[in-house]
Amino acid sequence: MHAEAAAPAIPPIAIGGFTLRSRLVVGTGKYRDYPVMQAAIEASGADCVTVAVRRERLVDAQGRSILDFLPLDRLTILPNTAGCFSADDAVRVSRLGREILEQLGNPGAGWVKLEVLGDRTTLLPDPVGTIEACRELVKDGFTVLCYSSDDPIVAARLRDVGAASVMPAGSPIGSGRGIANPAAIRMVIDRLKLADQGGSAEYPVIVDAGVGTASDIVHAMELGADGVLLNTGIAHAQDPVRMAHAMRLALDAGWHTARAGRIPRKLYANASSPWEGVITHIPGE
Amino acid sequence: MRIELNGAPRDLDGSPTVADLVRTLGLERAACAVEVNARLVRKSEHAAHPLAEGDRVEVVTLVGGG
Repeated sequence: MHAEAAAPAIPPIAIGGFTLRSRLVVGTGKYRDYPVMQAAIEASGADCVTVAVRRERLVDAQGRSILDFLPLDRLTILPNTAGCFSADDAVRVSRLGREILEQLGNPGAGWVKLEVLGDRTTLLPDPVGTIEACRELVKDGFTVLCYSSDDPIVAARLRDVGAASVMPAGSPIGSGRGIANPAAIRMVIDRLKLADQGGSAEYPVIVDAGVGTASDIVHAMELGADGVLLNTGIAHAQDPVRMAHAMRLALDAGWHTARAGRIPRKLYANASSPWEGVITHIPGE
Repeated sequence: MRIELNGAPRDLDGSPTVADLVRTLGLERAACAVEVNARLVRKSEHAAHPLAEGDRVEVVTLVGGG
């Protein structure tokens, strides 16, 4: 027996001027209550969480705020522009989020998760609006992380207008369908990261949306993603805290798998025990 | 004076500034941001920004999201 060997350390991820210790970014929506959310974030190991910008509920100003359940000294908040269907609205909402995070003294004031959506049914990104808003926000000094479709051409356009990270959707938000088109995700990653396609290995690609279970995260990481962003897969699991643990382990598993060099797929079997010295009759021989 | 506050009509006395409105709402210590007619009014400008009849005001905060 030998002592259990530690896995090689997973390096932090750099996105624009930001550095995150964990490559798992988790959302804060849809939890049944704030304490469960807090415990799930803790279990996920994430040091970055997303939030949304919404109207203050003026009738119930004494209600508890999500901010009371987020350790702002340890977390970088990533405000999103969820619910925006035009570039103009996404720019407005980005500025409002920055204003709040500046007041809180959180480093998240400097960045935004840009979503410009096409419609309410699919929640798929509007690529034209996303490119337009990204250009404007970069001009305004934001580090922009762009929620995108799994189209490599759109991804390259977003990178070209200054997106600090492109975040292709595995499948529609909240659908839990995992990586619906692995070939497309792979093409996005190659386009942004391979030198011979005009990419750079350091450019961060984060698969965002559609993660339903831990194996989806492993899949995304095996395809070469630098990280994964999810919300519903944890928040709506029957046991969100346990699922958050699983997602954290999956991220690590996928990271190591992607670097360990998997075996090629073959149609037929290849015995693990030697043929030499068998004492049996082998059919056909 | 009548403004539209977070999508609903709201009557205000006198000629208040954004800072006055935020105080009236009891939000002066809350983490919130204010927009008037789709333009952000930064906190440092609240006291110097008078509200006008018909202004569309949004007061927003952070909530859970993905």
